[in-house]
Amino acid sequence: MALLEIKELTQLFGGLCAVSDFSVALESGELVGLIGPNGAGKTTMFNLVSGFYKPTQGSITFKGHPITGLKPHEITALGVARTFQNIRLWNDMTVLENICVSQHYNMGYSIVDALLRTKRYLKNEKRIYTEAMEILEALDLARYAHEVPPNLPYGLQRKVEIARALSIKPSLLLLDEPAAGLNSADVQDLIKLIQRIHKEFDITIWMIEHQMTVVMTLCSRLKVIDFGSTIADGTPDEIQNNPDVIKAYLGDDTI
Amino acid sequence: MQKYSVPLLVTILLIVLVALSQSGAMDLYVQSIILFMGINIILSSSLNLVNGYMGEFACGHAAFMAVGAYVSSTLNVWLFAQDKFFGPPLLPPELALYFFPFVLLAGGIAAAFAGILIAIPSFKTRGDYLAIITIAANYIVTSTIINMDSIGGARGFMGMKKVLFSMSDTIDLPWILIWVVISTVMTIWLIRRFVSSTYGKGISAISQDEVAAEIMSVNTNKMKLIAFMLSSGLAGIAGGLYAHILGYINPGSFGILKSTECLVMVYLGGMGSLSGSVISAILFTLLLEMLRFVIPWIDTIMHWSYLLPDSYHLSQVWKWVLIPLILILLMQFRPEGIMGNRELSDIFPRLKKYYSFK
Repeated sequence: MALLEIKELTQLFGGLCAVSDFSVALESGELVGLIGPNGAGKTTMFNLVSGFYKPTQGSITFKGHPITGLKPHEITALGVARTFQNIRLWNDMTVLENICVSQHYNMGYSIVDALLRTKRYLKNEKRIYTEAMEILEALDLARYAHEVPPNLPYGLQRKVEIARALSIKPSLLLLDEPAAGLNSADVQDLIKLIQRIHKEFDITIWMIEHQMTVVMTLCSRLKVIDFGSTIADGTPDEIQNNPDVIKAYLGDDTI
Repeated sequence: MQKYSVPLLVTILLIVLVALSQSGAMDLYVQSIILFMGINIILSSSLNLVNGYMGEFACGHAAFMAVGAYVSSTLNVWLFAQDKFFGPPLLPPELALYFFPFVLLAGGIAAAFAGILIAIPSFKTRGDYLAIITIAANYIVTSTIINMDSIGGARGFMGMKKVLFSMSDTIDLPWILIWVVISTVMTIWLIRRFVSSTYGKGISAISQDEVAAEIMSVNTNKMKLIAFMLSSGLAGIAGGLYAHILGYINPGSFGILKSTECLVMVYLGGMGSLSGSVISAILFTLLLEMLRFVIPWIDTIMHWSYLLPDSYHLSQVWKWVLIPLILILLMQFRPEGIMGNRELSDIFPRLKKYYSFK
């Protein structure tokens, strides 16, 4: 059974068709890319999966459960994490707090425990703290634990955002243009990082990316969309030589 | 040692205040200033929860004060006092002493439920639009009370003094002072615990990036509901105390002016700083009392120097020009307030050795 299965998904914004009749099935452990020109509907796709939009038509199932219509935080609690194209960390909180607050799906205590400082509160706060430090150590971020994100270089902020997404122990990670705005050295690091987390954390990754080096090295399978509909599907090599893809990116030569 | 310093200090403060007021060393005027300081601390720190920590702009805080004030006053008068609306007391007035905290809490709970009135629109609405909703909520509450003749309507409601008298007849202590101090300390302590827990930090996440909060598994609607209910519930308790201190309330005293006062205190102290809220509430109360003397002085000086005609006298109404003026000046020259979003222990790290507050 596929981990994530999207069937005939359509999303209309008024008269605009952002995604039309999109289907995909991600198997457990895959690393799949989603590419397409600007405005093709890639981020809309992610917003649909993570629950920000309710699809006009079609269905999304995750681990066999239909997730269309669930709230974003409920979908996250099921194990779908994502990062954003523009980094969205909480800038007034330290890196450590950023990770801790993301554990809301699994706090283990209620508001009453927090106000009364019960044993359950103390125990769970400690657990959340240790687990957050573990994830930071795993990604070599532990020494920045008490920094606030704006004091970190851009590449590290990306890494913190990925760490925050991993901290909810997802089985599916959606990366929305992880290489956007990074220089070439950072991009190489990012490729290594993604390969590492894919292996070590045993998760399925679905990524949107514009930089061809990244998708070509990482992804085993690519899906190309334009104007909301799938135009190609296959291995990176097949995609590179697909005439439809070249047309979508470079334009038609018959004017 | 540092674990006990704050409770010890609070206990000493309470004992000193009670002793001073019992022995008559502190006159009623000074006592009333201290009482209003406590109430203002509750109001500013509870509003700070929504406006500072959660980053919303709620400007109808007085509405919840009104709900708390009316609910606890009517309950107390109905149960423990002879009144022209409710007739003879239902329970012997001696019991008022023991029921007072519960009645106060009932007012707070009623106000917390009234807080849902703005919590639910806040699920979808943010910023300026939510501010408009909160103003509307303030008007809804005050005009509802104006139109309820059974609790006095626009003429106001009284009889709370009788309850207070029967409380001090039972055991001769300044009960209202004791309850104001206890409620103030409890409020600060509750808010402190809430915002320093990982659970409560969810509201800071909402203020900084709501989309990221929702995607990182924070149930934003629930957090907003909790924050609004906690904030308005505490305001309700402040309202209940306020009503019992004055012994008379009318809907006019819970209008937009009172809400503005709360806002001034929050922004003066600094958004997201609990110690800032406490400091600004104290300063603000003192400032208001100072104006009571300063305005007649200015009046005299201006008449003496022929700047004002003899027929015109500066009245206390000028207070309501000066308070909004403080807000304007503050936003111009120090928009982050006295403390910014730092706490006292961030500014003076050495204080941490002497106390821990959690």
